[in-house]
Amino acid sequence: MMTIVKRTLVAAGLATALVGPALASEGTGPALHKQSWGWTGIFGGYNHKDLRHGFEVYRQVCVTCHPLKHLYYRDLMKIGYSEDEVKEIAGNYEVQDGPNDDGEMFTRPATPADRFVAPFANDKIAAMVNGGAVPPDLSLMTKARKQGPDYVYNLLHGFASDAPGEPAAWWLKEREHAGEEPVFPETKYFNDYFPGYAISMPPQLHEGIVTYPDGKSPSVDQMAHDVVSFLNWAAEPELESRKTMGLLTLLYLGILTTFLYGLKKYIWRDIHH
Amino acid sequence: MSTYTPPTWNNKFVRWFDERLPIVTLMHKELVVYPAPRNLNYWWSFGSLAGIVLVIMIATGVFLAMYYVPHVDHAFDSVERIMRDVNYGWLLRYAHMNGASVFFMLTYIHLFRGLYFGSYKAPREVLWWMGVIILFLMIMTAFMGYVLPWGQMSFWGATVITNLVSAVPLVGGDLVRWLWGGFTVDNPTLNRFFSLHYLLPMLIVAMVMLHLWALHTKKSNNPLGIDCKGPNDYIPFHPYYTVKDLFSLGVLLLFYAYFIFFAPNFFGEADNYIPANPMVTPPHIVPEWYFLPFYAILRAVPDKLGGVLAMLSAILILFVLPWLDTSKVRSATFRPMYKWFFWAFVADCLFLGYLGAMPAAEPYITMIQFATVYYFAHFLVILPALGWFEKPDPLPESISAPVTSQA
Repeated sequence: MMTIVKRTLVAAGLATALVGPALASEGTGPALHKQSWGWTGIFGGYNHKDLRHGFEVYRQVCVTCHPLKHLYYRDLMKIGYSEDEVKEIAGNYEVQDGPNDDGEMFTRPATPADRFVAPFANDKIAAMVNGGAVPPDLSLMTKARKQGPDYVYNLLHGFASDAPGEPAAWWLKEREHAGEEPVFPETKYFNDYFPGYAISMPPQLHEGIVTYPDGKSPSVDQMAHDVVSFLNWAAEPELESRKTMGLLTLLYLGILTTFLYGLKKYIWRDIHH
Repeated sequence: MSTYTPPTWNNKFVRWFDERLPIVTLMHKELVVYPAPRNLNYWWSFGSLAGIVLVIMIATGVFLAMYYVPHVDHAFDSVERIMRDVNYGWLLRYAHMNGASVFFMLTYIHLFRGLYFGSYKAPREVLWWMGVIILFLMIMTAFMGYVLPWGQMSFWGATVITNLVSAVPLVGGDLVRWLWGGFTVDNPTLNRFFSLHYLLPMLIVAMVMLHLWALHTKKSNNPLGIDCKGPNDYIPFHPYYTVKDLFSLGVLLLFYAYFIFFAPNFFGEADNYIPANPMVTPPHIVPEWYFLPFYAILRAVPDKLGGVLAMLSAILILFVLPWLDTSKVRSATFRPMYKWFFWAFVADCLFLGYLGAMPAAEPYITMIQFATVYYFAHFLVILPALGWFEKPDPLPESISAPVTSQA
């Protein structure tokens, strides 16, 4: 048994040894700065205060352009908002409803039962307003990118300049080194972590742009951390109950499997082979 | 062992029923007293484990289908609704999603166990065929299932793979439009894939029945690869193998549960959480890990039709394996040379899997071509030749002989 396991590992090792020399690194930008997120690991969970702060960042900054369509306002009650608070938050947005008995569409204030109201009526108008790029929905952003939470966190920090058309020094050096003309689109912003580096979104997080309920104005780092936490909750609202159930399941299965092993040994006690 | 006398059932209803439909007797014969070689190791657990995962897949799939909406405008959102608003929907979906990976892991180990111990050799060729058909159906089912969430990888994977059909000479173009139900992968494609994704598992169940029927007709192979000779070589399936398989199941569920609860997207692609967009092609279109070796073989041949034929042959060649292997000895334990070629083949398959995930560029293309040639050479050159060159080690007298001589 063990020899077969060993040989499989040797076979896998052989395969990787053959591959080794082929693994050439692609000359891409700076590496992601990894953060330690509280929800990773088998005991991980969310800090609800961070999530509420992150929601403040979303509703004071991101909501201008980015939808969050898989969330309902009622979902906010799961991160510590009271029903009245949620009603008040939802009431700030207008949704189209209808047709009414006169056959007319009408708008009304959103309720907790409504989905998060999207900033634009459709993708066409979103693209028109944003220089041809549609701001993506953020409901699944941290799951829809490799190393999602770190990616979004770094992206929010990764701007070379507040002005469009100004690439990073390292990128210019790299072009010069490769003997290429450094052509960068005039209207795009340079971001170290965005694929292709040219992003349509200007840098968003500046000191003083957001006010938390305690009246304090968080640092850029704090805002990035909180909004990524909030977005990860938006993408994986089931995470905490999933991990709790997971621990109980593993505990149960561990005990059961130990007993089954004992039972197997007992039943097979007289069989030699 | 061929003489089976059914017991007289004490319960009156059972007796009455069993006389009319002898299902209780059948269960007793095939699951309780069924004679199994006494020396089966844990590698023999993987077949029954795969069967249990098939049941889990069908059970979770039936419930997912109650909430899933097979429409291009709603499929992605309906999956998210399952994840968020259906009670324990995330559990159903993650169990189903990771179940596919677990199912393929178990099946591949089961298949390689057959290769190592010569389980495909006479008199078990038809049993082996049924297994290859199951693998083929699994591949079809998994591919169509991956399309259903209608994410970017779903859409582009479907586009790449269905386009392979256009390689068929003369009618390829018509064939692929017939398959799509339109001029591109679109709503009709999604609808039929959903229908077939529900149908094929039922065919898998039917094939599993035939697989078991063939198994129980010729009985299990065993690690020594020699035939069972007398009652000493057998033990009844119950309780010995029921308890052994139950323990294996416990270990499997621990492994499976870890991924469901703590790393549910480990085997997935981040891109599939982006809704399908026919106007934006992802930079790398990669299939699920269990298709990677076949995907590599597809890309080994510079010609589209050639690539498709190579990929199909990689599976079809398994059908004739019982006749390509000219050695009379089943188990690699007694085949000093085959043993090493077996592990070289395992390494080649893992290498192909790695290459399948790499971009279609040098040096990978050349590596893929070498690995593909070796894949086929293993079946077409090495196995037929080994039967001639290899001098097998002496086989033991019987399964119980080594034990009794030791004792």
